[in-house]
Amino acid sequence: MTSQARNTLKAISFAGLVLSVVPAFLFFGGVLSKQIYLHLMTAGMLMWFGSAIFWVRKDDL
Amino acid sequence: MSTKTESAVLERNAGAGLTLVERLDKLYEYDREPVNESKLYGWRTFIAMFLGEHIAGTEFVIGTLLVMHGVTAADVFGGLAVGNLLAVLSWTFMCAPIAVKERLTIYWQIRKIAGPYLTVLYSGLFALILCLMAGSMVNVSTTAVTLPMGIDSPNYAVGQTVPSIPWIVIAVGVGTVIGVIAVLGFERMAHFAKVVGPWMPFVFVAGAVASLPSLGVTGLDNFWQIANEKIWTGIPRAGQMHYGFWHCAGLAWLCNIAQHMGMGDVTIFRYARKWQMGVCSAFGMFLGHYVAWICSGILCAAFVYTQTAAGVADPNPTPGNIAMFGAGFAGIVCVLLAGWTTANPTLYRAGLAFQIATPNWSRWVMTLVAGILMVVTACIPAVLHYLDRIVAYYGLFFMPLGAFIFIDFWLFPRLGLARNYAQRRGLLLSWPAAVGWFGSFGICFLLYAKDQYASMAWINSGLPSFLANYKADLFLQVLPAWLIAVVLYTVCSLIQQWFNPIAREQSK
Repeated sequence: MTSQARNTLKAISFAGLVLSVVPAFLFFGGVLSKQIYLHLMTAGMLMWFGSAIFWVRKDDL
Repeated sequence: MSTKTESAVLERNAGAGLTLVERLDKLYEYDREPVNESKLYGWRTFIAMFLGEHIAGTEFVIGTLLVMHGVTAADVFGGLAVGNLLAVLSWTFMCAPIAVKERLTIYWQIRKIAGPYLTVLYSGLFALILCLMAGSMVNVSTTAVTLPMGIDSPNYAVGQTVPSIPWIVIAVGVGTVIGVIAVLGFERMAHFAKVVGPWMPFVFVAGAVASLPSLGVTGLDNFWQIANEKIWTGIPRAGQMHYGFWHCAGLAWLCNIAQHMGMGDVTIFRYARKWQMGVCSAFGMFLGHYVAWICSGILCAAFVYTQTAAGVADPNPTPGNIAMFGAGFAGIVCVLLAGWTTANPTLYRAGLAFQIATPNWSRWVMTLVAGILMVVTACIPAVLHYLDRIVAYYGLFFMPLGAFIFIDFWLFPRLGLARNYAQRRGLLLSWPAAVGWFGSFGICFLLYAKDQYASMAWINSGLPSFLANYKADLFLQVLPAWLIAVVLYTVCSLIQQWFNPIAREQSK
């Protein structure tokens, strides 16, 4: 895997993590509805798993 | 040693006609020598390892149990902080320094001081408790699978001691998948578990934050008040014991005591460059056993409060229910994976340990046996209901052998006693270790049982008044258990070595 592809995947993963927590605070603050919050959580999950599986390395410890 | 190597060693030994002790030694033969300097790991590896290992499906259960046991907000925030701090200090100042100096597995450390028979017993009993823990994780995952299917999980608190047939069928299915993966594809699963690890804390936090409005929390200004009125109310649910500050501290300290004061993680920290890396345990403790427990407590309270307001008589705060309530399908997936990814390696290790204790039965057969035990456990709702008690028993039972390692390393040279006496004398069983191990657990159990079980109340009549009036709780037994184990082991070792000393030059 090229470093550019790796960096792109990492960016998608971190965006997925952001989507997995920030919408909760926006819902708490009344900015988002619960429905949209839940959709964004699902999207964040898909982004994280769809990208992190390719760059998170396993170790032997 | 990698799992591949373990399997290779076991397969090579199959049918070789070796004794139980010889086979156990063979399994760990690559760990007999201290870890080479070139194979040491840095800070990031240990942080990732602790994060992955200590944010598991059972965190959804423990936080809920604390709510059910009627702790207050101050008990949770303060008690868990103290307990987790003590756990981190135990890893940093007790476990990691010995691991880095000796660079040997727990197996060889116990083997040297307690002899092979006690080590085999330790391995066998540890395998059984691993099956129990794996079963509780399957139970957690099953609550996530049954929820979208409309199958109710058993509510032990209202007397549902046996799950429904459809629930059992799903649990058997989940357990079978985990068992098959443990036999066929452990390494791929281990990689997947590492991918899941960083995402889970975000789901815990998100679910808790999103649940707060349903409790009436509008900001930091009224959080503490509502936390005490609606989440950690200080009033236990019917049939639950009342927990306080020291129960929270004791649980947080005790739940991994087999790993830190019990020295189980010398096997991990022998790969650390410096003993100070024991501090990495703080990431697992404070994210997994502090933030996650608090978050699951909030999720539980919000779920119960909302359901009660909707007219449900007996809300059932299973991990699946509370995660669905707080985080939707992401929460369901989190519960499923949190249980699955931790049950898998647990089952794998249990299978390996069982394989050692049998006459050359193959690994898949023993993993199957461990898997059956796991599934049976998963179908017993009482296991999750009493998970905190089970974890406490587990900690108190396995901790003494680690205490002996600590004393053997630091105290014995100062007392003029020979280290690793069992190994040097070629003993099959160290009687001081046996007395210390079973004596410590036995005394602590009896002090607890005399006030908990009516059939054991007679013990009080035979005790001096200060002991009869001592109301012990499992979570408050960490220090007494450690001290009793250490005193018994040291006194017995003094007697043993007084009558049968090792020559001074040999001792050096």
